[in-house]
Amino acid sequence: MIVADHLAERQALASRLWQQKMDTDLYITVGTGTCGLAAGASDTVLAIEAELQQRGLNAAIIQVGCVGMCSLEPMVELQARGRPRINYGQVIDRNVAEAFGHYFDGQNVRKATIVGQVVQTVARSNDHALHSLSFVQPGTDQRIAFQDKQLRIVLSNCGLIDPESIDDYLALDGYTALENVLARMTPEEVIEEMTRSGLRGRGGGGFLAGVKWGLARKTQRWPKYVLCNADEGDPGAFMDRSTLEGDPHSVIEGMAIAAYAIGAHEGFIYCRAEYPLAIKHLQTALEQARALGLLGERILGTDFSFDLHVKEGAGAFVCGEETAMMASIQGGRGQPWPRPPYPAVSGLWGQPSNVNNVKTYAYAPRIMRMGADWFRSLGTPGSSGTAIFALTGQVQRTGLIEVPMGITLREIIYDVGGGIPLGKQFKAVQTGGPLGGCLPAAHLDTPVDFDSLRAAGAVMGSGGMIVADETTCMVEFAEYFMQFTCDESCGKCPPCRLGSTRMLEVLARITAGEGQLEDLDIIRWLAQGMQKGSLCALGQLAPSPVLSTLLHFEDEFRAHIEQKACPANKCKALITYEILPDLCTGCMVCGRSCGSHAITGEKRQPHVIAPELCARCGLCAEVCKFDAIVIRTPR
Amino acid sequence: MAAIRSAVDLSLMDDVISAYEGQRGALIPLLQKAQEIYGYLPPEVLQDIADRLGISLGKVYGVATFYAQFYLKCRGKHVLKLCDGTACHVKGTPLLLTAIEDNYDVQPGETTEDGQLTMEVVYCMGSCALAPVAVLDGKVMGRLRQEMLLRTVKRNLT
Repeated sequence: MIVADHLAERQALASRLWQQKMDTDLYITVGTGTCGLAAGASDTVLAIEAELQQRGLNAAIIQVGCVGMCSLEPMVELQARGRPRINYGQVIDRNVAEAFGHYFDGQNVRKATIVGQVVQTVARSNDHALHSLSFVQPGTDQRIAFQDKQLRIVLSNCGLIDPESIDDYLALDGYTALENVLARMTPEEVIEEMTRSGLRGRGGGGFLAGVKWGLARKTQRWPKYVLCNADEGDPGAFMDRSTLEGDPHSVIEGMAIAAYAIGAHEGFIYCRAEYPLAIKHLQTALEQARALGLLGERILGTDFSFDLHVKEGAGAFVCGEETAMMASIQGGRGQPWPRPPYPAVSGLWGQPSNVNNVKTYAYAPRIMRMGADWFRSLGTPGSSGTAIFALTGQVQRTGLIEVPMGITLREIIYDVGGGIPLGKQFKAVQTGGPLGGCLPAAHLDTPVDFDSLRAAGAVMGSGGMIVADETTCMVEFAEYFMQFTCDESCGKCPPCRLGSTRMLEVLARITAGEGQLEDLDIIRWLAQGMQKGSLCALGQLAPSPVLSTLLHFEDEFRAHIEQKACPANKCKALITYEILPDLCTGCMVCGRSCGSHAITGEKRQPHVIAPELCARCGLCAEVCKFDAIVIRTPR
Repeated sequence: MAAIRSAVDLSLMDDVISAYEGQRGALIPLLQKAQEIYGYLPPEVLQDIADRLGISLGKVYGVATFYAQFYLKCRGKHVLKLCDGTACHVKGTPLLLTAIEDNYDVQPGETTEDGQLTMEVVYCMGSCALAPVAVLDGKVMGRLRQEMLLRTVKRNLT
């Protein structure tokens, strides 16, 4: 058992270790989150080891989480004593030598990118500090465009610390909040502080976290459970993964604070199985916290005991719904049950339970450390703090961003994201995933906060933000989301199960060019039934993407129905691929690539595509070096 | 019920079952471990788990068929997962899918006749910034185009 004094000693030691780590001849980090690894970071690490050997240098390579600039992965940071700390992007294995050559010998970089000079920024409040990374233009104090409007709280440690080292977390004031809460605050005071901070649940519901904790505290029945929903199933959202991969201790600390507040002694983190690295880092962090007495019996010498377990999901989107998640933790089919009673009254195994999202728990230690007033001072009056989005789709700089609430969609897409690539036109931005909505250009000045987004017909959701450009067919987009709901509907209640199936049929009819104008009314009618009759949020909100598309892009629906045309040239039944005889050189590359054998022609003679054989995969257009293959709308 | 004669060695599950003995909510972790051992969930194993936990085969089957992660059929030598999350979808997964279907005569969730390739479409692997993404035998590939995907699959299959 470790008492509070020992924690202070350990923190002091951790700080010294942190200083030593920074104050070294050569400091190297590589981003090895899932996105880094997907881009080839493990080969990068090997290449750096080889490069070090070749240069006769000695350095530990520290593997860190994601700094959010996924489009620049793999990212490598170099700092030699007395020189600036520089971050390089796109350092795949064969670009390592180039990055080192630039850093040490002033050679040019061609394939790698100089992301910026790294500075550690610190926000202060309540005698406490929040450390974070910033990238500036080398030699200046001007932050790079991607980061200029960002404010990192939940993501502050990601990319800064080694997620597999509890000492790194301790060195940056980790577990100070838990220690302080246990030693100096009553559970009621914790709940009061959380409520005053105005933190709204980041799983999408936006319910005040402090109020939720208070409800679970009030229920006088034990055992109680603290549950973390890490079943981040929304396609296009990955901030929970990044948080768990890059800073697992912050979630554990937040859950321990919540457990103390509501009076629970056991907790579960329900993480989707598609995130093996997040699960691994969590397991490591749990063991480390237990070894230091920060989890387990009589934490820090107080009467408070709490332990945590990881439950691995098995692939079901509906398990992101809190009652379905609890059904799954209980070992059964992940089907929701009706509310009320809410989990605060009757949750896991019928016991009082508090369910929050990963980010909500990760905010808690920062709020307890820096104070509710500090948190309230950020964001808007109705939605305090920051919003975290996974910015993806047709946008220049994709990645994970944390911005103050109240920023506009335009600022996110154009200032942070750098606008639409390849000179294309913006068409829509989708938030909230398959249960959210999309907004057209006219709504780009909508401020991003819980209430404004909802008023505009989109939602905050859990944080996916997908940008669609002119090449996206909005009808097909709507069909895509309904296909998702259809696949993921658990089947328990008929409005969701049947409603989504019927609506998908109608949408498929329209994209196939067989729709009728009355289909639009059928969609609206089906949507009403699903919204009013479904048991859980999945069925109630599933029509939203379709309805918002229909509201803002009805002309595209009408084009499919009335002209049998797809304005974006996407819907397979309404387009054909054609070879322009003037441009075709008869090189035969397209014919060889075609899996359907739909392309015929003699060498050096113009080729033709047989539309009845063509699968419309677009491979021929991609391999054609002469831009001779075009998409046509037959009528 | 008479013991089912089968080629499946059920004793491989002994340690796993005893590790979870008496734990609440153990069915899903047990199925996950079983799948790790056998590669999929053979009917004999489902029956064995039901018998040992003292629950009905219907309940075990209900859970095994509910979650996308569980496979009731033997899978191909290589597994290709195409991500069709929203970001991947707008960045071209439908084209990748058509290209694979067209070249390997295989539909999502199916295995080629020669047992070489199982192709699946999954929703979001959380690497949206590198869209479109696919995973071949556990290796993640990002920023894919049809030609590049076909080339990689071909190289790995032979």
